[in-house]
Amino acid sequence: MSIEILMPALSPTMEEGTLAKWHVKAGDTVKAGDVIAEIETDKATMEVEAVDEGVVEALLVDAGTENVKVNAVIARLAGEGEVASFETPAAPAPQDDGQGSPKTIRQPEEAAPAAVSKAAPPALPAPAPKLNGASGERVFASPLARRLAQAAGIDLKSIAGSGPHGRVIKADVDAARGKAPSFAKASEDKPASAPTRQHQSLEQQGIPAGSYDLIPLDGMRKTIARRMTDSFRDVPHFPLTIDLEIDGLLAARAKINAMLEKDGVKVSVNDLVIKAVAVALKRVPEANSSYTPEGIALHHHADIAMAVSIDGGLITPIIRAAETKGLAQIATETKDLAARARDKKLKPEEFQGGTFSVSNMGMMGIKSFASIINEPQACILSVGAGEQRPVVKNGALAIATVMSVTLTCDHRAVDGAIGGRFLSVFKALIEDPLTMIV
Amino acid sequence: MDFDVIVIGSGPGGYVTAIRASQLGLKTAIVERAELGGICLNWGCIPTKALLKSGEVYEQLSHLADYGLSAGGASFDFPKIIERSRGVAKKMEGGVAFLMKKHKIEVLFGTASLEKGAPAPKVTVALNAGGKRTITAKHVILATGARARTIPAIGLESDGERVWTYRDALVPKACPKSLIVIGSGAIGIEFASFYRALGAEVTVIEALDRILPVEDEEVSKAAHKAFEKRGLKFRVAAKVTKLSKSKTGVAVALEAGGKTETLEADVAIVAVGITGNVENMGLEALGVTVDRGHIVTDGHGKTNVAGLYAIGDIAGPPWLAHKASHEGVHCIEHIAGLKPANLTAPIPGCTYSNPQIASVGLTEAAAKAAGHEPKVGRFPFRVNGKAVAAGEIEGFVKTVFDGKTGALLGAHMIGHEVTEMIQGFAVAMTLEATEEDLMATVFAHPTMSEAMHESVLDAYGRALHI
Ligand SMILES: Cc1cc2nc3c(=O)[nH]c(=O)nc-3n(C[C@H](O)[C@H](O)[C@H](O)COP(=O)(O)OP(=O)(O)OC[C@H]3O[C@@H](n4cnc5c(N)ncnc54)[C@H](O)[C@@H]3O)c2cc1C
Repeated sequence: MSIEILMPALSPTMEEGTLAKWHVKAGDTVKAGDVIAEIETDKATMEVEAVDEGVVEALLVDAGTENVKVNAVIARLAGEGEVASFETPAAPAPQDDGQGSPKTIRQPEEAAPAAVSKAAPPALPAPAPKLNGASGERVFASPLARRLAQAAGIDLKSIAGSGPHGRVIKADVDAARGKAPSFAKASEDKPASAPTRQHQSLEQQGIPAGSYDLIPLDGMRKTIARRMTDSFRDVPHFPLTIDLEIDGLLAARAKINAMLEKDGVKVSVNDLVIKAVAVALKRVPEANSSYTPEGIALHHHADIAMAVSIDGGLITPIIRAAETKGLAQIATETKDLAARARDKKLKPEEFQGGTFSVSNMGMMGIKSFASIINEPQACILSVGAGEQRPVVKNGALAIATVMSVTLTCDHRAVDGAIGGRFLSVFKALIEDPLTMIV
Repeated sequence: MDFDVIVIGSGPGGYVTAIRASQLGLKTAIVERAELGGICLNWGCIPTKALLKSGEVYEQLSHLADYGLSAGGASFDFPKIIERSRGVAKKMEGGVAFLMKKHKIEVLFGTASLEKGAPAPKVTVALNAGGKRTITAKHVILATGARARTIPAIGLESDGERVWTYRDALVPKACPKSLIVIGSGAIGIEFASFYRALGAEVTVIEALDRILPVEDEEVSKAAHKAFEKRGLKFRVAAKVTKLSKSKTGVAVALEAGGKTETLEADVAIVAVGITGNVENMGLEALGVTVDRGHIVTDGHGKTNVAGLYAIGDIAGPPWLAHKASHEGVHCIEHIAGLKPANLTAPIPGCTYSNPQIASVGLTEAAAKAAGHEPKVGRFPFRVNGKAVAAGEIEGFVKTVFDGKTGALLGAHMIGHEVTEMIQGFAVAMTLEATEEDLMATVFAHPTMSEAMHESVLDAYGRALHI
């Protein structure tokens, strides 16, 4: 029985893409987790992984083929015994995936989670969740921290550890005790969010039991709930939006990628955004800051946290000292970090302690949005979709590829003038990418 | 830019920092005006331990009968003892030279001074071999250490003959018959212990009301008794008002309990603390903040001058070699953009007298002062099997826990080789162990370390062997 491998949709709006590269050839045996191909859109390069074992019977689309329609058959796999299938477009793709059973978001474990997460672009601002907290995993905490957390009724999973390898230590519990809600011991499963609000059950609010399914809150979900609630409530934030013309950037990217092809490196628009952010932060260091009661910390390095959506939540791996890194290195790191983020293989130090966040929802067609501040960082940049729009140039209507970005600022540390200055420097860099390298 | 990092001073602060810098891929130079290894290897930790070992072995000879042994005519050759100590220092210095080479660290022998520069001050080295060389780096780390504090106004100042600082005390021509040690910190007590072991009449003068004043009060008391048993004499709560020299010796005038008194001896050792080497390096011109002989730094060793850092003795107490190394590693890892562990790890302190003294964390009094309600455990070596078998029954282990949380706040020991045991408690404190974890740890039998376990049990009323 042979199984058809279909061109995956990397986003609900994607209709076609480039099959950039095959990692297998006919006759190869593949097993679950093997990367079989790379698919490219204007914003990102994604890897397609096998989900089961089998032998590649035929590759039906040549590497490098552009405009391959979503759901076109790109390869055939000879099933070994009963089942041999590769990941195919999953839940968010509206089309039937050809494998029968319809999938719903309520059944994440059946919904070819790897494919979902692979295809999903970096999305919401990340709460730097603890891997510690992923459900069922061991929480690393010092004995004293455990005891203190228990006494205070704080769920260890909700605490970001600052000790070696993200271990929760006494200081973290003390900090959480000062700030975080301490929910009663008996209600470990209650969300850590909105401590001051009286919780009303859905039933009390007129939604009958049995009319919905309940997804239990895991550690990551609780962390997201707590951190986002705290931030949105406690940080006086405001958004600043600006439009960027990116035709020059796209042309530069094509050139750069042609140059880097021999090294096997592919730079995405997101990588260029990260680079430009880093350079802009060097020029406007006030935007690379954190508000603290003792003073405003101006960070020495642009440690850029990029939001990556993963199964059951999201996470923000960090490109450290991005201002010191070249594009090729940034591209290599983002690809590696994003891949390992989705596999939940990041080390805590790889996603804790960034100084500025970038969240990109362009791949999902979002035009513009304003993220929630990722404390203690003072700013987060939300990147929208690059799309052709009418613009007025020299008094005449023209067409340009335009991308809107929004900077959310913590007003305690970053005033409008600083945010504005950052965005204008950033705009200049994006619109004339050559200036990034000088 | 010649280097990524220039380290000035090659003591345990400087040379360890340089090695870590090289491990992190930074191009590193180190400047040293005297011996590689600094005070620690050449004039401090290591040569004193060599001397103390000679003293300890010699003392043991007078107890041979306790072990059913005899050997006739115990004696010592003082110059040979000193020679051995110098040989040990030399050997360690050679080791540092090898490590510098292995890690491709450029060593410049000469005296460094600083000038304004960006991104870090420029370093000019007056080379020992003659001439000058100016080098630049992104980061400059000062690790120039410290020297003995002296008080010339009342005669507390080395003359190399009758009045010694630790440097003279490490290389005397002969063993004094009588000796006055001024100051009862670790350095003073170690020299007192060594010279007493060789038979000198030794009196230690301490201005505060007990010897080893940084240690837990119970340990101070036990040490006082143990040393007195060995013939050491003490004057506590006694203030030296004047030290004067004669042809044959020294006279030390002191004030105690409203009375004045004069003590005489062949030699006096001045051990009244240390002061940082902050002079003649251009620090004033750069505007570096210096407070009472020490450079002021933030939590990562950074000074108030861009690109300039300070670690080790020059950055303030505790003046200990391992603290210098710990600070240095933290500082360079921070510079390299890593997130090093907190600088606040507990730092053990040891005195290598006979008996030894070792401690980490808060004393019982300090724990109370900090608002804890301490739970305290004690266990004497007198009932520890290994100690009895070894004939080393002096001393005890004391542990201080927070009564509320069970956090180990401090541990204090006096006894044979306790300096080798304290790391157990240092590990426990660094990992934030509670009494439960320490109770659940299995200690090998028979060891003196079992007294550590028992002391923990005792704090919770559960000691087994007493
Ligand atoms: C007698 C004695 C016993 C001790 N015993 C112990 C012990 O048992 N355990 C313990 O932990 N600690 C002990 N100490 C303390 C320990 O020696 C110091 O804490 C340690 O050496 C400090 O290290 P450092 O790197 O800061 O400075 P140092 O070891 O003092 O090194 C500084 C170096 O910088 C050099 N230098 C200074 N100025 C310049 C300049 N301008 N240019 C170039 N080079 C310069 C000096 O020559 C020196 O080599 C003892 C000290 C003494 C005196």
